[in-house]
Amino acid sequence: MSEAINKISIQVTINGQNYRREVEPRLLLVQFIREELGLTGTHIGCDVTYCGACTVLVDSKPIKSCTMLAVQADQCDILTVEGLEQNGELHPLQKAFSENHGLQCGYCTPGMLMSSMALLAENPDPSPDEIRKGISGNLCRCTGYTNIIKSIQAAAKEMAG
Amino acid sequence: MYPAPFHYHRADSLQDAISLLSDLGDTARALAGGQTLLVWMKLRFDEPRHLVDLARIPGLSEIRREGDEVCIGALATHAEIAASAIADALPVVRDCGTGIADTQVRNRGTIGGALGSADPSCDWPTLLHLFDATLTCTGPEGTRTIPVSELVEDIYTTTLKPAELITEIRFRMPPAGSGGSYTAFKRCAPAYPTASAGVQLALDGDVCSHIRMALGSAGLTTVTSKEAETVLLGNPLTETNIDKAAEAIVCAADPVPDQRGSEDFKRAVLRTLVKRAVDIAVRRCHGETIKGHHEYV
Repeated sequence: MSEAINKISIQVTINGQNYRREVEPRLLLVQFIREELGLTGTHIGCDVTYCGACTVLVDSKPIKSCTMLAVQADQCDILTVEGLEQNGELHPLQKAFSENHGLQCGYCTPGMLMSSMALLAENPDPSPDEIRKGISGNLCRCTGYTNIIKSIQAAAKEMAG
Repeated sequence: MYPAPFHYHRADSLQDAISLLSDLGDTARALAGGQTLLVWMKLRFDEPRHLVDLARIPGLSEIRREGDEVCIGALATHAEIAASAIADALPVVRDCGTGIADTQVRNRGTIGGALGSADPSCDWPTLLHLFDATLTCTGPEGTRTIPVSELVEDIYTTTLKPAELITEIRFRMPPAGSGGSYTAFKRCAPAYPTASAGVQLALDGDVCSHIRMALGSAGLTTVTSKEAETVLLGNPLTETNIDKAAEAIVCAADPVPDQRGSEDFKRAVLRTLVKRAVDIAVRRCHGETIKGHHEYV
């Protein structure tokens, strides 16, 4: 490890705000979000692309931010769980998770919410089976998923007006 | 977990990527979607000193038809392929694309990356064997075409030359009236398959007039069996014949016992998957619409 590693300049938009930073190439997107920007709502669970706790939307698509480098996100538009709330009002998905007991320990919840966001954007009225498929990249070790599915259905109904 | 430190280079063009990889030599790796490579690096299975990022090279993710040929750019993601007109025309491609890991991984992982990793658990290599696909590869010495069956030498080892990259995957559209199926058994969505099987066939009356079979996660490389195909080719697809063919290809497999199951368990799973794939392929030949998917609990 003799020669110095050049930092790379990146520009990203996160929850509508622009950030420009010099980052080490090996910095993972999740660490950039949590440690550089202090947005600790995005969690690290398994750290090997399995559990989905670190799911964020990059250019509207859900991805696991533990398996993407910050430099790969250069010029991208990112949404994290902190971006769901608008003007002090919880997002319908957040409200539905709260009202339907869609969480117990809450560790998987930010990832679940982001995957649910992407699912409802693509399919505003999903069946329970489609919801199961849609959140199959997110593991929850508390709820048994039943109340998560109920929450997503409730949010879908609320969002359809 | 942090990968070991590395220098990052973003390639603007294919030529740029090839010169970078060529100049940097053995200590450099090409980065596509990173869904295999970055995990390996975090686990320190691999510690490259340089990464050459291919993701911004224009024109390498196109999915299109050229006459009766299907052309898929190496940087096309699993999700893009699964949502393409090719997947509409060929349900077996949708089976494969929508079954890989989960939504998040499918949004990042690429077909070229899956091929280049030479990981026997990856689904695309198995699927592409069913179509006798060819790979367009470009390196410092120019462009060549190799059959998918010649890509992988051994587990995690390809026959690609230094600084050579897969740029496109091509195969012929099967004739109308053909049917295929690809299915895998997984412990849960993000897990690699315990075992997988693909079948592509055509019928002339009730006689099998074309057949390709392949198994994934069933050995150190993709498993095929001429013997199994010969059992079915030119014969009716009776239960006895299908059993015989399944037995033959499962005999050719060499599943590695691991945390996903013992060798015997994996052989039992493979046998079931082959029979299920033949059944779905036949029904699709007859025009039935069947939503195929990977099985997991």
